[in-house]
Amino acid sequence: MSRLELRDVTVRLPTSDGDVAVLGSTTLTLAEQRIALIGANGSGKSTLARLLNGLVTATTGQVLVDGIDVAADGAAVRRKVAFCFTDPAAQLVMPTVLEDVALSLRRHHKDKRQRRTAALRVLEQYGLAALADRSVHSLSGGQRQLLAIAGVLATEPDVLVADEPTTLLDLRNTRAIGDLLFGLPQQLVLVTHDLDLALRCERVLLVEEGRVSADGAPADVVETYRGRA
Amino acid sequence: MSLLGLHQPGTTWLHRLPAAAKLGGLLAAGIVVVAARGPVSGVVALAVAVGLAVWSGAGLRVLFRAVRLLVLLAAVLAAYNIWQRGWERAVEVSTDLLALVLLATVMTVTTPIDEVLDTITRALGPLRRFGVDPERVALAFALMIRAVPTTLDLARQTGDAARARGLERDPRARLVPLVIRSVAHARATGEALDARGIAD
Repeated sequence: MSRLELRDVTVRLPTSDGDVAVLGSTTLTLAEQRIALIGANGSGKSTLARLLNGLVTATTGQVLVDGIDVAADGAAVRRKVAFCFTDPAAQLVMPTVLEDVALSLRRHHKDKRQRRTAALRVLEQYGLAALADRSVHSLSGGQRQLLAIAGVLATEPDVLVADEPTTLLDLRNTRAIGDLLFGLPQQLVLVTHDLDLALRCERVLLVEEGRVSADGAPADVVETYRGRA
Repeated sequence: MSLLGLHQPGTTWLHRLPAAAKLGGLLAAGIVVVAARGPVSGVVALAVAVGLAVWSGAGLRVLFRAVRLLVLLAAVLAAYNIWQRGWERAVEVSTDLLALVLLATVMTVTTPIDEVLDTITRALGPLRRFGVDPERVALAFALMIRAVPTTLDLARQTGDAARARGLERDPRARLVPLVIRSVAHARATGEALDARGIAD
């Protein structure tokens, strides 16, 4: 299990009205297998999640993944921590399903045939092998999100940070992606509005107005959130 | 959906030709088509491109659907050139344009993007000593190819949105959101590449 640490981290972003605090001083350690971040839109939960992969840089403080400082060695952290976005369309950068997974594997397999075989193995693992030569544009929303997850997990990272991966999906696909995420061997940090998914985690953090306002057992934190919504 | 950027598996001679040969051929064809003057060279180039496109196995109906917007653009260009510079120049410009786009389509339809990436990476290898990162250049090339269908998709969506608001005749309602969404998509793609560690 990886150890994700935020030490007195703040994030301020420049706006036309000057710098705005998006995340107030936050210190926490995440070491559970499955952790959910919940909260209203614009509360700062995505910013918190993005810090873990180096997509957002802390204005002050330190973000550490297994002791590696994200600011000092972002590349090493990204090899450990994969990130999955809400909208998979931006994440799928190659024309076909197979080519997109193969792109993730370019650093691991220099040989083209080995890379193709490894990519096909990944697609089989996630039930996408039949779509290997399909255009990513022709996939359904659920298939796209599944491919996006397969693409980032192809390199076998230790942690998956998923930012509202089911928000754009219908009920059936939400269940399918949820079941997939909770069946992964990887540590999972899940940003979600789906409280049923949050309840399946070991720990839930409620983020409100740029700070973690509740942190603990899923049932307690979800109840707190429901009471405030 | 544009065919440019979408590989279609097949067993034709064009599919078996190495990516380096196809890229080199495309470059050479581009130089010859632009350098050659007169309507005859354009018509010949277009005939060759159509022949190769059909041979690639993409299918005539699919090909026409893929290039119909371009045919419209070529017709507008031709009309402008007939008015300004005469019919010979009009034929030359429009056939050159169509021929080169069709040839590029043949290249992408018959070549997996992975092979294109490998070829460009190998070709630019000697430039590493001058600070060039071949992997990044190859990735930029692949993203450029992918941008074609993505931008067309965004154009369709912004067109639908303009129609839904009764603004289908307002060019601003179509163009401004398209530009904004294209830039936003480019930023999101960069972010996704960062997140996947591909840009490291």
